[in-house]
Amino acid sequence: MRICSNLKWAVVVLVIVAAVASTGCKKKAANPFPASGAISGWEKTSETRIFAASKLSDYIDGDAEQYISAGVVSTSTSDYKFEGQLEATVDVHTMKDPDGARKILETGVTSDAKKIAMGDECVQYAQSIAFRKGNSLVRIVAYQSTPDTPQALLALAHGVEAKL
Amino acid sequence: MASRRDFLKAAATGALALGAQSKLGLAAAADQQAGKSKVVIARDPALHGPDARLDAKRAADLLDRAITAYTDRNHPVEAWKQIVPKAKVIGLKVNGVGNKGVSTHLELVLALCERLQQAGVRAGDILVWDRSNEALESAGFTINTDPSRIRCYGNDTAGFEEQPTIQGSVKVNLTKILTRECDLVINMPILKDHDLVGCTFSLKNMYGAIERPAELHANNCDPALADLCSIPVVRQKVRFTVGDAISSVYEKGPVFHPEYLWHPNALIVGADAVAVDHTAAQMLARKRAEVGLPPVEAVGRPARYLATAADQAHRLGVNDPRRINLVEV
Repeated sequence: MRICSNLKWAVVVLVIVAAVASTGCKKKAANPFPASGAISGWEKTSETRIFAASKLSDYIDGDAEQYISAGVVSTSTSDYKFEGQLEATVDVHTMKDPDGARKILETGVTSDAKKIAMGDECVQYAQSIAFRKGNSLVRIVAYQSTPDTPQALLALAHGVEAKL
Repeated sequence: MASRRDFLKAAATGALALGAQSKLGLAAAADQQAGKSKVVIARDPALHGPDARLDAKRAADLLDRAITAYTDRNHPVEAWKQIVPKAKVIGLKVNGVGNKGVSTHLELVLALCERLQQAGVRAGDILVWDRSNEALESAGFTINTDPSRIRCYGNDTAGFEEQPTIQGSVKVNLTKILTRECDLVINMPILKDHDLVGCTFSLKNMYGAIERPAELHANNCDPALADLCSIPVVRQKVRFTVGDAISSVYEKGPVFHPEYLWHPNALIVGADAVAVDHTAAQMLARKRAEVGLPPVEAVGRPARYLATAADQAHRLGVNDPRRINLVEV
């Protein structure tokens, strides 16, 4: 009887240990959004909002279809402000696979895009920057155009890329 | 000075867009009118200052110029009195899909709110609305539900009708803002290229009046878009368009892509939403041609909803340029 009881406890302990070990092995979901001050001059001005693929049209109605067909899993977004003036939005699209991220990025590239060495591929314009890294596609858009905008966006993009 | 009767004639085929029950008295149907639908494009190349910011005073002046040209009135307040009935709740349906980058300009909305109040509308009887509070806030608007001031909120605050409305191919739950709160809606879309329908402006802005608009995206939104705008409450209440073509994106819309940002510095106004949209689509097409982009028809997203909206089954207005009296000021 006592042996049986000990065996039961051993099984319970084993199950718990296995569960904890299993959880511990899972890679923690990355938070790609730099906190205020983490990137010089940039302040995070909104909560991060997350949209599952099925709810993406709540965020980008009319544009969601192309992301869904490319295999978007979810989209996270947050607003930022640079030195209290330049406003920007960071969108991080998590795709099923790197091919989906590549497909979306390449669709939007125009001849005046400036290639930047970041992630797997990166392009920059005067008021926006977009890059992909693994399954992630990141797009940062500024709402004002100043002489500092491109450099400020690049710094923020590096901050996001480092957290992916 | 134009009389009320002249104004009604000028609106001509916009009669259908205004609805048979319209307080404006535009009961005459398009096929009963020999006249044309009047559309005004008002432009100001200096609308944006040297710092690229919109000049609020010039935006207000442009609105005045557009509405006086449309109504043939000398004074904007008199013009608005001609358009809005007294003691009614006036909704201003804006569009905040493009966030701060390319959404209905706050400065324009504030200018219209000011003129409406001068025309006798109580501040609390003006309701600025869009599909969600988030869309409004992201476009720079401040949410307010205080009935003593100009109200501003989204469908998520007001809720949707529980009973769906069926019209043609669509089965939708309409926002209570449209069905219960507003007596008249002035449509305030912003001109944009659209990934599905080629051009989004007045008619397409009504997707912000329903729950789950994404369900109406198939086949370039055709015939869903025309069917939606044919729902009686939409026809009867959404009576006039003050279209924002101050800023736009000529590619990759409807979201904001600054690499395709363009400043037409214009307003497009009229009572016939189809004629207004036709005019807007032409403006967008000219810009795309100018920068060497193919027509939207060539890239699989024709604005076919315009022809459907104008057809005999829908009769929402006219898309034939020969039947549009285009006035540019």
